Amino acid sequence: MPRDVAIASFASLVEPRFDGDEVEVLAPVIGEALRAARLERRDVGFTVSGSCDYLGGRPFSFVMALDAVGAWPPIRESHVEMDGAWALYEAWVALQHGDIDVALVYAFGRSTQGNLYEVLSAQLDPYTVAPLGIDARSMAALQARAMLDAKRCTERDMAAVAARSRGGDVEALLAAPYVASPLRAHDCGPAYDAVAAVVLVAGDRAKQCCDRPAWIRGIDHRIEPHALGTRDLARSPSVELAGERAGVRKAPVDVAEIDAPFSHQEILVRSALGLGPTTRVNPSGGSLAAWPYIVSGLLRLGEAARAIHTGKARRAVAHATSGPCLQQNLVCVMEASDG
Amino acid sequence: MAERCAVIGIGQTKHTAKRDDVSIPGLVREAAMRALDDAELTWRDIDAVVIGKAPDMFEGVMMPELLLADALGAVGKPMMRVHTAGSVGGSTAIVAAHLVQAGIHQRVLTVAFEKQSESDAMWALSPKYPFQPPLVAGAGGFFAPLIRAYIRRSGAPDDVGMRVAVKDRLNALKNPYAHLHMADISMDSVRASPMLWDPVRYLETCPSSDGACALVLASDEAAKRSPRAPAWVRGTAVRSEPTHFAGRNQVDPRAGRECAADVYKQAGITDPRKQLDAAEIYVPFSWFEPMWLENLGFAADGEGWKMTVEGATALDGDMPVNPSGGVLSTNPIGASGMIRFAEAALQVRGMAGEHQVPGAKLAMGHAYGGASQFFAMWVVGSERP
Amino acid sequence: MSEPVRRIKAPVRFEYTVQAGKTLSRFLAGLVEGRILGRRCPSCHKVYVPPRGACPTCALPPGDEVEVKDTGTVTTFCVVNVPFEGQTMKLPYVYAAVLLDGADIPMLHLVNAPADEARMGMRVRAEWAAPGQRKPTLESIQWFSPTGEPDAPFESYQEHL
Repeated sequence: MPRDVAIASFASLVEPRFDGDEVEVLAPVIGEALRAARLERRDVGFTVSGSCDYLGGRPFSFVMALDAVGAWPPIRESHVEMDGAWALYEAWVALQHGDIDVALVYAFGRSTQGNLYEVLSAQLDPYTVAPLGIDARSMAALQARAMLDAKRCTERDMAAVAARSRGGDVEALLAAPYVASPLRAHDCGPAYDAVAAVVLVAGDRAKQCCDRPAWIRGIDHRIEPHALGTRDLARSPSVELAGERAGVRKAPVDVAEIDAPFSHQEILVRSALGLGPTTRVNPSGGSLAAWPYIVSGLLRLGEAARAIHTGKARRAVAHATSGPCLQQNLVCVMEASDG
Repeated sequence: MAERCAVIGIGQTKHTAKRDDVSIPGLVREAAMRALDDAELTWRDIDAVVIGKAPDMFEGVMMPELLLADALGAVGKPMMRVHTAGSVGGSTAIVAAHLVQAGIHQRVLTVAFEKQSESDAMWALSPKYPFQPPLVAGAGGFFAPLIRAYIRRSGAPDDVGMRVAVKDRLNALKNPYAHLHMADISMDSVRASPMLWDPVRYLETCPSSDGACALVLASDEAAKRSPRAPAWVRGTAVRSEPTHFAGRNQVDPRAGRECAADVYKQAGITDPRKQLDAAEIYVPFSWFEPMWLENLGFAADGEGWKMTVEGATALDGDMPVNPSGGVLSTNPIGASGMIRFAEAALQVRGMAGEHQVPGAKLAMGHAYGGASQFFAMWVVGSERP
Repeated sequence: MSEPVRRIKAPVRFEYTVQAGKTLSRFLAGLVEGRILGRRCPSCHKVYVPPRGACPTCALPPGDEVEVKDTGTVTTFCVVNVPFEGQTMKLPYVYAAVLLDGADIPMLHLVNAPADEARMGMRVRAEWAAPGQRKPTLESIQWFSPTGEPDAPFESYQEHL
């Protein structure tokens, strides 16, 4: 029987380009998350972060960020070189043991220091695919083409997602030229800089830390094969499975925060989760409005929790993705106390 | 509370300078299959996969779990990749253990690796940010000043490091998986080797290896069906402290001491030297053995070197340290922490072959990383808790 | 039948534009002026050189600026014999932790002294690049040189080891 764990607070800073280095930007955001949860650093039993060296172009980026945490006296701390959503998963697992009640999760990444779409090509099979130099936008375009050909969406549907997330008129968006057919500029999330921090609290203590805790009722993640040719790019078995395991369909979903940096991916994930027409998707703008890689998934989790914290939702779903064309996915279902 | 967790399968590749007969997926799969075979399981029996390795920039593959999902039978399963600098092999095993201890999965495969022959570690460790010029190459350059500080503070004789270098390489001769098999290692050959970063000589330094290590971690229920003796996880702990702060003791870091105290408490250890039968600790430069012996509470402050000199840490000593040959004999960076954890498990399972410490029942695995700031440790035992 | 392909070389080039951050930028600008500007943490009051975006133990933004001297004590060092790309000194050279007078944490730099003369406790002074040659990088200090003063007593720097 899993232990009840809630997201008690969420703080973030998302900007087209930070003024300041990671530590300068991250320390206040972590402080804000702790204060919002009515906690101090010493209340934290476990700290986990997510980050990626390739964004900044130097190794051990998570080590440099540790200065923002004040790890003294020594702390119980870990790190995944993955989106902060997976750091949150690790923290959730740690809280299941029962020896600690509070975990701090954070992610940081400056996607604007390099060319994000190009840098992501380093994720590809180094022997047979990476040397072709395929950037992330081109990879996504392959998937969009697969979706169009399978009649799972139209370019108009994609433009409608963009208009909702980033503003603009659908007809005007459709008149814009392709940047990587069938993707237009508005179909592609722009690289951003971001830091985000989430405080997880287990059991009754969560009620002391938050007026409306966002209780995690289900959380699961799954990965698919790496080679694009072995996958049906118009579907996402990993989202379907993770969504099922997380219990998405058990009840109506008020808000869904979907980590879809390309417009067609929102349509794909929405369908794979089985979300109904009344679910509000990405009221935050999602990863299409701003795409701070390695933080975007944690931001979706935080924004979904925020919808519950502010009373805008009773039941919310958050999704995070990693890898080319939605190769790996995490789904989390959250509810308000009486949701 | 935490569920029981046991190691029921262990696999390693034969660590070597260059494995050009396998790709990165091939390397990790080899270790994983050996672990599965040891546990007499198939890929289908595994519920989740956790991998760990050092910075992506070594091999130039960003977030390699994406590449390796297929090779490690992870398709359709949860998969994670841990990265905690040099301690990663250890912390990866701990994350995997937590999945079992939390009751989430029954059997978890965990793999740590490094394919250094496909990487340029020296380059990856010296990034050229325009405002921070590289002053020194290699981890040895960073640690040598700390070693000098230890020698000064403890008053240890000059040859302690060399004794460790000889002992570990002699142990490695009894470990078929170890990288270095130096039959003619001796105090003379170590002393004669070039001084790299004074006071650290070439033969007091770890090699650069290609290698992978894998473990199958199982729940109580799954361990009952294990064909061979399980190694029960008796305690796990991680601690971190900042890289560099005013008054920091980098020679005897508090994070190391507190990590050890935590894991000892979980395992019911009050006197590690007496109660542990073997310790696999992360010694990449010879002098770290006496330094860690103190940090881990095996010896009083300033006295760690005496244990080395007395022969206490030899395979036939009263506190064998690195019976496998340690990091000094084998160092695929991302894997080294997990190799320590695996070797500790081999000891208490009675499966360490020629480098077995007779009758070992309780053993410790230790890993550290960064500027001696990240620590991961576990204690495993032959008795089910 | 030809030999199987065992290795391929696949060069990759990524360009990054990086920022030093506000705190470090101010420090580097100071170097151009020949000044070493540390920052004091408002909580633990330690003076950090180079300063950080947050105090590593307190996680607070840095407080007052504190100019420290360009003289200091070698707390520990090693003699480097391993060549690497980008090195500026001839082998063997001395790489040291230097506790500047007024700072609470040593900074890492080069010491221009024969390897066999390097010692813990040695008193050193920064050798600056010529004013017109200085840039906003730590290379504005080319290295540290012995001052010739008597060595600092062990007790004066041992807490920094």
